[in-house]
Order: sequence, then structure tokens, then C-alpha cells
Amino acid sequence: MNNSVAKEKIVSLRKKRSLEDMRFKYYGFTAMCLSLAVLVFLLYTIFSKGYTAFQKTIVLLEVDYNQEVLKLTPDSSDEDMEKGKFFRVKKQAIENFFPDLSKSDIKLVKKLFSINVDKEIKDYFLENPEVINTKQQIWVTAHSDVDQLLKGNSRRDVPEDRRKLNDIQLSYVDQLVEENRVKQVFNNFFFTKADSRHPEIAGVAGSFMGSLFTLFTVFILSFPIAIGASVYLEEFAPKNRITELIEVNISNLAAVPSIVFGLLGLGVLLNVFGLPRSTPLVGGSVLALMTLPTIIIACRASLKAVPPSIKEGALAVGATKTQAVFHHVVPLALPGTLTGTIIGLAQALGETAPLIMIGMIAFIPNIPTGLTEPSAALPVQIYLWVESAERGFQEKSAAAIMIILIFLFMMNAIAVFLRNRFERKW
Amino acid sequence: MFFWSLVLIAVGIFSSFIYGRSRIKLNSKKQGTKSKSLPTYYAQYVLMWCLFPALIVYFSWAIFQEQIIQNIVISNFEFIEGAVYNEGLLLAEIRNVANNPSFADGKSIEIINAASHYSSLRQISQISFYTSIIIIMLLGALYASQKLKPEFHAQHTIERYIQYILIFCSSVAIFTTIGIVFSLIFESLRFFAEVSIFEFLFSTEWYPFIPIREGQTAAEGSFGAVPIFAGTFLVMVVAMCVAVPLGLLTAIYLAEYASQRVRKTVKPLLEILAGIPTIVYGFFAFVSVAPFVKAFGQSIGIDASPTSALAAGMVMGVMIIPFISSLSDDVINSVPQSLREASLGIGANKAETIKKVILPAALPGIVGAFLLAISRAIGETMIVVVAAGTAPNLTGNPFENVTTVTVQIVVALIGDQEFDNPRTLSAFALGLVLFVITLFLNIIALQIVKRYRERYE
Repeated sequence: MNNSVAKEKIVSLRKKRSLEDMRFKYYGFTAMCLSLAVLVFLLYTIFSKGYTAFQKTIVLLEVDYNQEVLKLTPDSSDEDMEKGKFFRVKKQAIENFFPDLSKSDIKLVKKLFSINVDKEIKDYFLENPEVINTKQQIWVTAHSDVDQLLKGNSRRDVPEDRRKLNDIQLSYVDQLVEENRVKQVFNNFFFTKADSRHPEIAGVAGSFMGSLFTLFTVFILSFPIAIGASVYLEEFAPKNRITELIEVNISNLAAVPSIVFGLLGLGVLLNVFGLPRSTPLVGGSVLALMTLPTIIIACRASLKAVPPSIKEGALAVGATKTQAVFHHVVPLALPGTLTGTIIGLAQALGETAPLIMIGMIAFIPNIPTGLTEPSAALPVQIYLWVESAERGFQEKSAAAIMIILIFLFMMNAIAVFLRNRFERKW
Repeated sequence: MFFWSLVLIAVGIFSSFIYGRSRIKLNSKKQGTKSKSLPTYYAQYVLMWCLFPALIVYFSWAIFQEQIIQNIVISNFEFIEGAVYNEGLLLAEIRNVANNPSFADGKSIEIINAASHYSSLRQISQISFYTSIIIIMLLGALYASQKLKPEFHAQHTIERYIQYILIFCSSVAIFTTIGIVFSLIFESLRFFAEVSIFEFLFSTEWYPFIPIREGQTAAEGSFGAVPIFAGTFLVMVVAMCVAVPLGLLTAIYLAEYASQRVRKTVKPLLEILAGIPTIVYGFFAFVSVAPFVKAFGQSIGIDASPTSALAAGMVMGVMIIPFISSLSDDVINSVPQSLREASLGIGANKAETIKKVILPAALPGIVGAFLLAISRAIGETMIVVVAAGTAPNLTGNPFENVTTVTVQIVVALIGDQEFDNPRTLSAFALGLVLFVITLFLNIIALQIVKRYRERYE
């Protein structure tokens, strides 16, 4: 063969090969970028859908606290004031909201206001009883339909019969905007109220407290048990079949789908033991069993990281094995075990399916105050809002997701901080 | 009630500790000998004898109190001849009346009587609960205090007890597995008593609507789970089609090409992706991906369902990417460096080394990772509950609506739960199938990975 031809062939082959190499590297790079792009897109979707939920629309309403209408006198006692006829005041205020409203118009106007307006009118009066027999300009909460329209979440250009607000109501809203009688303010309800059938007064406070109680239960149950189990398996367990069985069990439990734990909670905790449904106690117990393998694996890793010389030193000066382990090894492994526990708790915080199984999906309109009270949980609340047909709930679900993500981020940050701050390299 | 009893127990164990400590000091002073162990071990001994019996009483009360009271109330209830009662509703009514007397208006006299019976029983139960906790703690302390003699080896005993506690902690995992297996099998057997197991596994009709009340004429339910299994499989295949190339290529890039700095930034970002709750992915699928899939289907002339397998599967694939990439990353990194160097040494470039040497060497581990990912995808619930359909559909078209095992479990249990109705029980049968399949996949995967690790150690 001619030398130069062979050389040419080799050169072209080499070129082809290095091109191939480049291409392969490029594939990998693209795959990585795509994965990260999805992450960015996901976060962007949540933010863009959710940030509007932190604002609510309020409307300026002129309320006449006439004593005849209220059936109160200026010197009524506090108890009587509670019983004032505020719904009549509200009715009157709505009738006079625009000049010359016909009966059918009044009905339409009424639908621009939240169901909570009665309470707001009443609360305003109870705080300022001196306003009796005066006219007051009060900012009250608008109905979710108005809120969504002004935020641009529901569209005007769809046909009237597929819209929540009809043409007359739209013209009212436009008039309000023109007269500056409507504005958007910070949505305090979102942080202070529990779930509601009405999107404008639904909040995450109830489900947040429920999640907190659930996590508390998870922590109380799983932390001591996980430490006990990992200390036993790492330090004391004899090498026999039972120990092996336990280890196999733990690694298999880690891979059992979470929904199966929900079935366990339903079949055993609710049906056999008769624990109260929909409560953080049961939810927390199920999630504790679910996160236990994760925490045990992390705890064992941190126990393993403590050098044996420390234990041997303790044993050499006459400590018993129990003393050596509990006085020396466990305290040194504690930061690592805490880190593992927090990561387990973060996993439990986002878990939804098992909680649905044990009934935490029930509609709970008040904020729970204890472990044995029916309550919602944040992820389940998100699910309920996502599934809801009402448009106003969609932004709420995205906002609730933002809150849960912030908490997950904080928990992970704490875990990383603990690891960096306290974990010693030997 | 249970909170204050915890306070009571805390006070009890604290005083028992103090008592044990001072008592042993006193005893050894009296006898003029030094005690065999440090005083604190005797104190711990008393404490344990106080705490554990009290905890047993506490938990048995917490678990059984309500049921026992309800049984007594029901068995004493004056049933009216001829009237039909639903026990659950009746109990709920009695409890309501007992908790808020204002609900009593308009209720029948039997209910009101039963409610007052219920509240009096609760009161009795509470009083006896507190007294029995106090008595059991005193008894425990009394028993322990008899042993508080200087010649007693308190430390040995305590260490033995600690061993027992630790063994109990580690057997919680076994109890959990037993609990899962038993609850699944027990309820599934009740299901299979009404529906034949062959129909369940091989029939293609899934219409689980069974008349709930007697005499109601609805179509007989039929429980052929094949469309559900097919739907699960379809979603899983879509998910793996997304996750495998992206996850594996990402892992290869990170392990073989990326600089240290890129690795250090990208890995935590992928961990974020792994840490996002699945309901968030569900939201994402529902709000962004499903409309996109529908629009895409329309643009190429396919009528896509808003709850298509494609949307749910794609998002599930994204969820699994970090799982596959981190597992594959581990596997690739554990391929011995010598193989890499040998390949590079004979003139192969990086891509050739990866494709011809590293991937074949790492193949068992990567397959193990895929199997784990498959088991993840099958068991995943929230994404499909939100983004996939609830109607069974035997199809291979990813643009159509399908349903999965996990969705059907949720659907069956989300409304009224009637544990004598095959519709509710079907959830447990499906759960059993899910459990067996994921367990099987997991065991195989762990075996493969383990054998792979051993090969290079």
C-alpha cells in the first residue's frame, strides 16, 4: 500500500474518531443541560402561577352603620353588639353600591363580594363601636372571580356563558377600576386562614399547622427508634441470620412505594387499632415508619464514620461496651444522625399519598391545635387545590408549593450547615 | 388527656430517679459497704421500672379505650325493633351528641341516653387511666426499690435492659414488614373471596361499581385489572424513555468529562430535582406539560387526551433522572481506574473508552439502577393521580388517557370506605400486586448491584 494513502486514511480516521468523541461529550452536556433546564422551567412555572396568590383584591364599600338597621343603640353591651344585624347593613351597602340598581342588578353586584364581607363589616364595627350612625368607607374582600379577572388569570375574551362573570358584572368591575374603588393588597388570609370552599379566603395556616404536627410526630417516633436500631446494628448485633434478616428488611422497606405505607396505616393503625382518622398522630406514625429506613441508613453511616480507636480507647480504660458506645461513639455521631433525620423529615414533609390513604384529605376548615385533631397537611392541601375546578385555587396551589419548597430548602440548608459545622473529619 | 398523662409520667420518672439515687446512697451508708455500681445506675434501674410499665398502660389505653367504650355503648344501645341501623353512623351521632350537647335537639331518646352513657364511660375511663398509671408506677418503683442493695449489680442489669430496648428498636423494621404483608394479604383475601383471582389478573374489564345498598340495582362490578397493569406499564415505559437517556448521559458526562467545578455545582442541583415532592411534579404535569402535549398532539393531527399517558410519563421521567444519574454515577465511578487507563493507553479516545470499556464493565450496575428506577416509577402515586386519568383504557397509544395501579388505589379509598365492599377492598389487592412487584424488582436489583460490587473489590 502506498505510504501517503495510508497516512491519509489514518488522519481521516483520527478526525472521525475525535469528532465522535466531541459529539459524545456534547450529548452528555446536552442531557445535563436539559435536566437542569427542566428544573428551571419547573420553578419558573410554579413562581409565575403562584406569585399572584400573595395578593388579594379589595373593594371600597360604603357602609352605613345605622342604629335602626343594626337594631343596636350606642350604649348596647358587647354581647348585644355581637348580635347586631350586620347582614342587613351589608345588604343595604350593596344596594347602594352603584346608583339606581335594579333588583336583578343587585344580585349581580352581590356576587362581586366575598362571603367574608359580613364578618369584615362586623369586625370593623366591633373594633370601632363609635362609628354607629355614621357612614364608613371600608375596604372589603372581593370575590375570587373579580380577583382572578383583575390578576389576569381568567380571560375576558371567552364567550359569556363560559365566564364566571357576565358582561354586566364585567362593566361593573371596569367602573370600579376607573373610580379607583378597587385595589390589590397583601393577602393576609393566605397565611392566617385554613382551607375554605371560597378561594379568596382559603389559606395555608391550617394545613401548615397540620404538617408541623405531623412532622413533630415523625421526629418523636423515628429519631429515637432510628438511633436505637442503628446503634444496635452497628455496634452490638451478633453476625447471625436474625441480624441479616433485619438488614435485608430495612433495605427493602426503603424501596416500598409510599402508597403501600398508606395502606398499612389504613389497614392496621385505623382499622385494627382504631386510632382517630385524619389526624397528625396517624399521619406522623405512617410517615415515621416510611422514613425510618432512610434515617437508619444515614445514622449507620455516621456511626461507622467514628473511628474505632475512640471506642477502643474507652474500652481500654475500663468502660463497658455500653458505656463506650453511649458515652463516646453516639455523641460523636450525633451531628451526622441529626443531618440524616432532617433529610428524612424533609422527605416526610413532601409525602402525599400515605396521608390521603389515612384520610387527611378530608375538608378541614379550621386550624388544628393538637395531634389527635383532624387536620390537613400541606402536600395534601396542594393536591386538593390542584384538583379543584375553581380557577382561584390554582394560584393557591402554586403558592402553597412555593411555601413547601422554601421549607424543604431551609431544612436541607440546616442539614448541610450541621454537617459542615459539626461533623469532624478524622 | 393524653398530654397531661405524659406530664404525669415525666414527673413520675423524675422523682423515681431522685428516689433511687438517694435510696442506694442511704442503703450503702447503712451497711457501710460501697455499692457495686455507681448510684446513678440504681437510679436508672428504678426509673426504667417506673417508665416502661407506665408506657405500656399509656399506649394500651390510647389504642383500646375508644373501641372498648364504643363496644359497650353499642351493646347497651336500646335498638328499636324493626328499625335498620348503620353502626358507624350511629356511633358518630352518639359521639357528636356527647361532645356538643347542643346537637341533642331533635335526636331520639335512645341516642341521648347512649350519649350520656358514652360520656360517663369516658369519664370513668379517664379516672381509671390516671389511677392505673399512678398505681403501676408506684408498683414498679416498689419492686425496684427492693433490689436497691449495695451488692446488686445495677449496671449489668441496666445494660441488659438497654440491649433489649435496642433490639426492640431494630425489630420495628420487621414489625413494619409484617404489618404491611398482613394487612395487604388479609384484606386481599376478603377481596378474592368475592372476586376470583383469575378474573382479577387476566380479565380486561374494570368496572368496579357495585351496588352499595341492598336492593340497589346497579351493574355488577367487574374487576379485571389488565387495563390497569397495561396503563402502569405504558406510563413506566414513557418515563424510562425520558429518564434513561437523560440520566445516563448526564451521569457519564459528570463522571468522565465534567470538571470538578461543574460536578460540584450540578450535583446539588440534581439533588434539588430529587428532593422536590412528587405532588409538585404532579402540579407541573397538570399545569404545563399536559396542555403542551395536547397542543403538540393537535399540531400533528392526533387527538390527545388532557390526561394522557405521555404527559404523566414524561414528568415522571424527569422525576427519575436524578435517581438514575446518581446511581449510575456511583456505578461508573466504581469501575477500576486501571481499565480506563489501559484503554486510553492503547490509544482509544474518551468516547471509545466509555462506550467499549466502561459501560460494558458497569453494565450490571447500570441495569440494577434501571430496575430500581422502574420500581420507583411503578410505585409513584401523586404525579399519575393528578396528571393521568381514572378511567381504565387498554391501549398502547401514549396520547390516550390511561390509569395506573396507584391511581386506582387512591380512587378506591378516597370516598366512602366500606370494608365489606369489593371496590374498597380492591385497593388492597392492587396494593399487594404493587408490593410484590416492587419488592421483586428491588431484590433482583440489589442482588445485581451487590454481585457487581464484589467483582471489583
